[in-house]
Amino acid sequence: MSQLAEYTICFLLLLGGAFTLVGAIGLARLPDFFTRLHGPTKATTLGVGAIMLSSVIYFSSQGESIGISEILITVFLFMTAPVSANILAKAAMHIGVKTAENTEGQPWEQ
Amino acid sequence: MLDRLSFPQPWLSLILFLTWQLLSEGVSGGSVVMGIVLAWAIPQITHGFWPERPAFISPWRMPAYLLRVIKDIIVASFQVAKLILSPRQPRPVFVCYPLELEHPLAISILASTISLTPGTVSADISDDNKLLLVHALDAASDEEVIDAIRTRYEKPLLEMFQ
Repeated sequence: MSQLAEYTICFLLLLGGAFTLVGAIGLARLPDFFTRLHGPTKATTLGVGAIMLSSVIYFSSQGESIGISEILITVFLFMTAPVSANILAKAAMHIGVKTAENTEGQPWEQ
Repeated sequence: MLDRLSFPQPWLSLILFLTWQLLSEGVSGGSVVMGIVLAWAIPQITHGFWPERPAFISPWRMPAYLLRVIKDIIVASFQVAKLILSPRQPRPVFVCYPLELEHPLAISILASTISLTPGTVSADISDDNKLLLVHALDAASDEEVIDAIRTRYEKPLLEMFQ
C-alpha cells in the first residue's frame, strides 16, 4: 500500500470518527427532540460517508476487487436516513412532543 | 394474467437486477435467476405505491445536482459540528415551505435532500402536497431557510421534472 493511500485512509477514518462523535455529543447536548434529530442524520451522512470511502480505498489498494459493496451500503444509508428521520419527526408530532422554548413556529396539526 | 407477468417499471427492474449482481459475489447463473425474480417481484409488490410513472424530463441534470448536494452536505456538516461544540444555544425554527414542485417523486427527492443536508429535516407534508414542514436547527429567519431551499434545490429539480 502506498504512503499516500495510508495517509488518506487515516485522515478519512479520523474525520468520520470525529463527525460521529460530534453527532453523539449533539444528541446529548441539544435541548429538545426535534433538534436532537439533526445529530444522527448528520453522523450518518458525513461520518459514515468518510469511513466507507476509507474502506473503499483500503480494499482497492490491497489489490482486491474495488469495493462496490461499500459504495452500495453508503447509497442505501443515504436513501434510508431521510426516511427514518421523517418518520421519527412525524411520530413526535403525532404524540405532541414538547419543543424547546426558543423554537420559532409550531408543528402543524392535521 | 399477462399483466401479472410484465415489468411495470422497466428502469426500476433494471436497477434492481444490476444492484443484485453487484451485491452477490460475482455474476453466476444463480445470481442472474435470483436477480430476475427480484426485478419482477419487487415492482409488482410496490406497484400500488407508484400511482403514475416517474417523469424525468432531463435526467442528465442529475449528476450536477448530486454533486451540489454532496458539496452542501460536507459544508453544512462542518457548520453544524461547530454549532454543537460552541456553547451558545441554537435557535430552532419550524418553517412551512410552499412547494412549487407537483410531481410526487420530485417532492420526495426534495424532502430527502432537505433531510440529508445537515441543519434541516423535513418533518411532514400537508395533505394537499402544497406545503412542506421543515425543521431547521439554527436559522435567523424563515425567509433565509425558504430562500436557501428554493434556489439551491427546488429550482434544479423543477428543471428536471417539469
